[in-house]
Amino acid sequence: MGVMMKIVRAGLLATVSGVSLLVMAAPGAHAAGMPQLDFHNPLVTGQVIWGAVIFLGFYLVLSQIMLPRVGRVLEDRSKRISGDLDVARSAKQDADKAVAELQQARKDAMAEAQANLQKTLDAEQRAADQKLAEINARLSAEIADAEKRIAAEKAQAFGTLKEIAADTTQALVSRLTGVTPDAQLVAQKVDGAIAHQNI
Amino acid sequence: MILAACLVLAFLYFGMRPAAVVPGRFQAAAEVCYEFIHSMAVDTIGPEGAAFFPFIFTLFFFILAGNYIGLLPFSFTFTSHIAVTLGLAVMVFLLTVIVSLKVQGIRFFAHFMPAGASMFLAPLLIPIEILSFLSRPVSLSIRLFANMVAGHVMFDIFASFVIMLAGFGVVGDVFAIGPIAINVALVALELLVGVLQAYVFAILTCIYLREAVAH
Repeated sequence: MGVMMKIVRAGLLATVSGVSLLVMAAPGAHAAGMPQLDFHNPLVTGQVIWGAVIFLGFYLVLSQIMLPRVGRVLEDRSKRISGDLDVARSAKQDADKAVAELQQARKDAMAEAQANLQKTLDAEQRAADQKLAEINARLSAEIADAEKRIAAEKAQAFGTLKEIAADTTQALVSRLTGVTPDAQLVAQKVDGAIAHQNI
Repeated sequence: MILAACLVLAFLYFGMRPAAVVPGRFQAAAEVCYEFIHSMAVDTIGPEGAAFFPFIFTLFFFILAGNYIGLLPFSFTFTSHIAVTLGLAVMVFLLTVIVSLKVQGIRFFAHFMPAGASMFLAPLLIPIEILSFLSRPVSLSIRLFANMVAGHVMFDIFASFVIMLAGFGVVGDVFAIGPIAINVALVALELLVGVLQAYVFAILTCIYLREAVAH
């Protein structure tokens, strides 16, 4: 501070001396010289006193009326801005909440739809299984029926075969020997052969 | 001086009359002035600066208006008078002393002995500090006064060149354009100097008040 003061004071000295040199260099331009340095002039006292009075009045009007007015306006504005910011912030919060709710609802709906779908699929699956089982049962019943029929046919065929075999045997024997064998004996022998062959 | 005060008051009054939340140009200008001085006072002095803000504001705009009114032709620059500037500076000085005594009491006088300095230097340091303290109003007033006077003397000198050159006939008339151009440039310079000196006066007052309030 002291160094700066000294520099400033040196600058002032230079300025003042420069000014006085300039004033001297321009004679006639400044006919009255520097009237403000004439301290014997009674106007100086008046200047100081009136300066003080005007300054005081200016200060009072500014500090009591004008500046509070400006300050009030600025304060109102900052208050209003912060109020608006609060409103905006709460609005944003509401919006965020609404978005979260929406997302939750969407998720719930999705889950529900998934569950419904699953249920429907399960029911369909069950129905299909049941139908399949029914068809299987009917088919196996039919197969069993058919097998039974086949077995019956086979038995009948075997029965007929026995007769044919007996007839053939009787014919062969009568042709070979010329003697017609006893039909009962032949049937007995054929039966034995069949049993022996285990056909 | 009354004109200056009235001009500033009118500026603020008409500027702030709408008192709108969204300011117009005029109101924005008035608010910028307010906030500029307010931040200067609070930043420099500290939280206590708010109490001195109206004083700084008055000081700044009184000097600024005085400087600028002085730039108008046929007007009078009251800030170029040492009586006025010294009056203002003495007022600032007295305010500083009163605030210092009120805030710091008797410890205020301890500032004349820099902390940590050797006791042997005391007989030398204390008079220097007292002198530097007492020279504040002098430097404050002469700075403003000299700047204003210098500016106006420059105007005067270059204007007198024009008159001198006009005596040399046609050639002089042509060359007289030079000093006139310089004078036009000087008006711009003086506009800068006017606001700068008002700012320097106000900021130095702030610094003195901070020293008075601090500790």
